[in-house]
Amino acid sequence: MAEALTAAALVALATVALGLLRVIRGPTRADRMMAAQLLGTGGIAVLLLLAVAGGDMAILDVALVLAVLAAFAAAAFVQAARR
Amino acid sequence: MSAAFTLVFVAAGLLFLAAGTAGLLRFPDAATRLHALTKADGLGLGLIVIGLLPQMPGITAALKLLAIWGLVLLAGATIGPLIARHATEREP
Repeated sequence: MAEALTAAALVALATVALGLLRVIRGPTRADRMMAAQLLGTGGIAVLLLLAVAGGDMAILDVALVLAVLAAFAAAAFVQAARR
Repeated sequence: MSAAFTLVFVAAGLLFLAAGTAGLLRFPDAATRLHALTKADGLGLGLIVIGLLPQMPGITAALKLLAIWGLVLLAGATIGPLIARHATEREP
């Protein structure tokens, strides 16, 4: 179970890392911000899987903070880009 | 029994995360990419959360998992229109 969940975390990380291609390609700044959002959500998924795989429930708090900060970052991007 | 449940839902969640990434890379427009991002990510993360719920040691950790999922859904619903408006306003 723990090995399977760790492998799942690696798969999730590789999948969203592919999304970083959009940061290089993306014609607009919104595309690059969306790729960063994907990385944030994928990072939350990786943290959740690793928390259960290692039995360390403190990682759930890190995932919670990451979720909040990702929302703040996106809102700050829109606010800064509006000017 | 709960191990099979967890693995099935986590695999389904990973599938939707991959679909969201594929959409982000292959869709032609910023608005369609945004659609793929918010819906697929919310669903993928939600399936992973549902899969991990039986493995939680107590009610507090399970509630924390659901709070994380709710936060990501709310963030997607709030940020989606903001980014879409920015993307369509600045279209050259």
